[in-house]
Amino acid sequence: MAILSGAVGGLVLRNPVMLAAGILGTTGSSLRRAARAGAGCVVTKSVGATPREGHPGPVVVQVEGGLLNAMGLPNPSYKIFQEDIDLARQGGVPVVASIFGDGPEEFAEVASGLDADCFELNLSCPHAERYGSEIGCEPSNVEDITRAVKKNVDVPVWVKLTPNVADIVSLGKAAQRGGADAVVAINTLKAMAIDVETGRPILGNRFGGLSGPAIKPVAIRCVFDLSATLEVPVIGVGGISSWEDAAEMILAGAQGVQVGTALAGGYGIFGEITAGLEHYLVRKGLTLMELRGAAGRTP
Amino acid sequence: MRPVNAVIREVAEENPTVRTFRFDPSFDPVPGQYLMVWVRGTDEVPMGFSYRDGITVQSLGEATEALFGLGPGDSVGLRGPLGNGFDLVGDRILLVGGGVGAAPLALLGERAREDGLEVTSLMGFRCRSDLIFRSRFEKMGDLVITTDDGSEGVCGRASVGLERLDPGSYDQIYLCGPEPMMIDVIRRCHGSESKIQASINRYIKCGMGVCGSCCLDPEGIRVCVEGPVIRADRLLESEFGRYKRGPSGLKEYCGR
Ligand SMILES: Cc1cc2nc3c(=O)[nH]c(=O)nc-3n(C[C@H](O)[C@H](O)[C@H](O)COP(=O)(O)OP(=O)(O)OC[C@H]3O[C@@H](n4cnc5c(N)ncnc54)[C@H](O)[C@@H]3O)c2cc1C
Ligand SMILES: Cc1cc2nc3c(=O)[nH]c(=O)nc-3n(C[C@H](O)[C@H](O)[C@H](O)COP(=O)(O)O)c2cc1C
Ligand code: FES
Repeated sequence: MAILSGAVGGLVLRNPVMLAAGILGTTGSSLRRAARAGAGCVVTKSVGATPREGHPGPVVVQVEGGLLNAMGLPNPSYKIFQEDIDLARQGGVPVVASIFGDGPEEFAEVASGLDADCFELNLSCPHAERYGSEIGCEPSNVEDITRAVKKNVDVPVWVKLTPNVADIVSLGKAAQRGGADAVVAINTLKAMAIDVETGRPILGNRFGGLSGPAIKPVAIRCVFDLSATLEVPVIGVGGISSWEDAAEMILAGAQGVQVGTALAGGYGIFGEITAGLEHYLVRKGLTLMELRGAAGRTP
Repeated sequence: MRPVNAVIREVAEENPTVRTFRFDPSFDPVPGQYLMVWVRGTDEVPMGFSYRDGITVQSLGEATEALFGLGPGDSVGLRGPLGNGFDLVGDRILLVGGGVGAAPLALLGERAREDGLEVTSLMGFRCRSDLIFRSRFEKMGDLVITTDDGSEGVCGRASVGLERLDPGSYDQIYLCGPEPMMIDVIRRCHGSESKIQASINRYIKCGMGVCGSCCLDPEGIRVCVEGPVIRADRLLESEFGRYKRGPSGLKEYCGR
């Protein structure tokens, strides 16, 4: 599959199809399984400075065309997560540590405490107080936090952006100013579901984030705009569940793609997407580089 | 799916800490499958089917206590049936249960009898007053009861009761109970691991194979969708019997 290999966000990957953050990423075992199933690289569950149990259930609700979740960033803390990263590395692909914190110092603390092949800064989870999009919707925070982490690590740093803002491109520019090696778009869209029998919000946290096919058009638009403006590469995530979706994201300008909710259908999704992409490139006589951003170059 | 609104039709007290809740609507589960039970305002927790329309619950903490506060006419939200369930194999089967783990096995045994299988049960409890579903198991076939304090049946753990039976003579053995008891039974049935199906307990949050909370080391088996029923030979290659992960992902080591 040489046709799919190449550089993505400062890493060299055998293919550009990755496991998204927070999906089957709590343990080294499940990350390694994703790697063995064919992922080009794997992103861990977001880890922070102290253990968190997450929100009370229900933590997920299946809705039309997608999934609502409010996991609440459960994680065992970075202090004991290294063994899981090391186990995940046995999968033979780079392991990206997704991390979160409440500001530049905590982000830097978590990043300095882990040995990973790359960091992805979660500045976009929409349902955890003091974290994620609560700070990541402000460009100056994005810039400061990116800079703080960059100063403390010598591997690539990706910044995962929230779509719950009027102008995602300004967040991307802030990440770029802070020294990001790539931006990742998008995290979930803030959303809610209500039980009609009782009038109660279904999620334990009342609201959460929407993922899955329903958000793909939003993600495509964000990736298109970001890649048209930024110099750093864009990694596309949101609703990818087939090779056509991955191709569409790359046409919009993504250098790599991440798959989350579609893992509900099993680990076979990586093999399906990479095989489909490869056939497509051969049939079109194109390289990945030529495919990338082609939608923006059409007359 | 969204949680289905289910009205509690009746509540039966099986023992001082265990109650059965029967719902409307009823489901069509494979025995061993489970429901995510949303006790509104508290939490959503996994519970195996003990009837097509019911679950049998031990009161342990917040969610189960809140459920015990509900009665006929009250409602909960249900997602399911989820997971794989038991696979009925052969003509003669043995059910081995401990405590509230007897619940899914009662449904399995009844299904097996409908299919014409011969069913023997070995059920372990702490004491006589903890016994549940005695008459359901007696109706299916031979029943050996053990109690830790000897107040009923054989004195000792369920695994001690195995000595009264010939585990190797059954086509398939079905297990559900506390983890130390299950691992003990599996070890005592050395050589028959591929004939043992165990329903295991891991921290289930999403129940749909995305969040990673329930994964078993070292292969990353997703217990919520690839389980909760897992063959003993696979369990012996895993963390089972040594540790499990709590809600944050931190390991909790087995107490022995
Ligand atoms: C597939 C499966 C089937 C089950 N079937 C039954 C059953 O038929 N009857 C029954 O009484 N119990 C069953 N359980 C166990 C039941 O889910 C827990 O006892 C219940 O979640 C306790 O919740 P709590 O809030 O009352 O207690 P807590 O105080 O929150 O916890 C008490 C104990 O329950 C465990 N627990 C809590 N939440 C969960 C969760 N979401 N997933 C798994 N374990 C949890 C904790 O690790 C702890 O050991 C089953 C578990 C699984 C995984
Ligand atoms: C259950 C669940 C947990 C998630 N946890 C995280 C997380 O810890 N960190 C993060 O940056 N994104 C997290 N996400 C967001 C995904 O990584 C991804 O951005 C989003 O789901 C859109 O992609 P998808 O439609 O392919 O799922 C989570 C998503 C889901 C569904
Ligand atoms: S409980 Fe979420 S993957 Fe199993």
